[in-house]
Amino acid sequence: MSKFKQKGKREVPQPPSGSLSDIVFMLLFFFMVTTTMRETESKLIISTPEASEAVKLERKDLTSYINIGTPIKSLQAQYGDGIRIQLNDSFKTIVEIRDFIAAERETKSEADRTKMTVAIKADKDARMGDITDVKQELRRCSALKIMYMAKKGEKANK
Amino acid sequence: MARKTPEVNSSSTADMAFLLLCFFMMTTTMDQDKGLSRRLPPMPDPNHKLEDQKVNKRNIVVVKINSQDRLLVGSKPMHVSDLREEVKRFIKNPYGDETLPEWKDTTITYGNKNYDFKISKGVISLQNDRGTSYAKYIEVQNELVGAFNDLREEEAKAKFNKSFSELDEEQQDIIKEVIPQMISEAEPKDITKK
Repeated sequence: MSKFKQKGKREVPQPPSGSLSDIVFMLLFFFMVTTTMRETESKLIISTPEASEAVKLERKDLTSYINIGTPIKSLQAQYGDGIRIQLNDSFKTIVEIRDFIAAERETKSEADRTKMTVAIKADKDARMGDITDVKQELRRCSALKIMYMAKKGEKANK
Repeated sequence: MARKTPEVNSSSTADMAFLLLCFFMMTTTMDQDKGLSRRLPPMPDPNHKLEDQKVNKRNIVVVKINSQDRLLVGSKPMHVSDLREEVKRFIKNPYGDETLPEWKDTTITYGNKNYDFKISKGVISLQNDRGTSYAKYIEVQNELVGAFNDLREEEAKAKFNKSFSELDEEQQDIIKEVIPQMISEAEPKDITKK
């Protein structure tokens, strides 16, 4: 009868915490792998338009970014609040896109050059005139694969 | 009796890992880059005289956006929300209308079955003004791409009985081939003229 009788005080055993660090390390590695450090600091206020049909950008490493928008508050005194183009870290003019594209092309491997994409990240309040100028310049540099950056939005209300 | 080496106290490794974890969680940017993929037409060769490509009038529909962000499709003003259906109707031409685009009948063999396709010759020509807002432009582009995506979806359902995304690569290529994204953008000089 008393075969299974427990001796002494019953205590709730401490949960084993030995594997806790393993779990945390796994999370850590996940974040380390997925993380992408911001390479350039954005000096523009850009809120991209919404599009329901937006698709994922396939090769991030083959993408060059052209940012179009108004300068951030702290820079407005210096640069005004008109539409500016930012390439890498500084404001540029339309004609400098050519050099930018050429430089970007150099950094890609020979085989991937045709797959290079130019992502146009423009503010939704920008005017098409500015965008068209950029597009024309891109055509002149024969960087024809472009992508209009957009947020994935809801399907347009029917 | 040999002395046991004391075990390294490992209770703090979790804390260290947590610190690192917090750092990466803070700095990480999960936002994926998304957008509408487009291909620009190559710049015409200046030495070559641009010859007007003869496109049958019924095969083309001009979508214009003016500087007030108003939309004109063909000759009638339209709201953006109606554009998708209009484009689908135009490309599909379900009743063989004389004023809507022509099509070419083709048969493609997949597996050991023959599929009949109607390849529409319709082209959407998008024109915009320099004053058009980018938001509107993207909205219209989005609707145009959406219309083509819808058509592909319908075709996939009709022919392969599956959603477009569930098809294998070869089937997707077939669908893409018979419903090409025919969106052309006019040379900018044409639009600033008016």
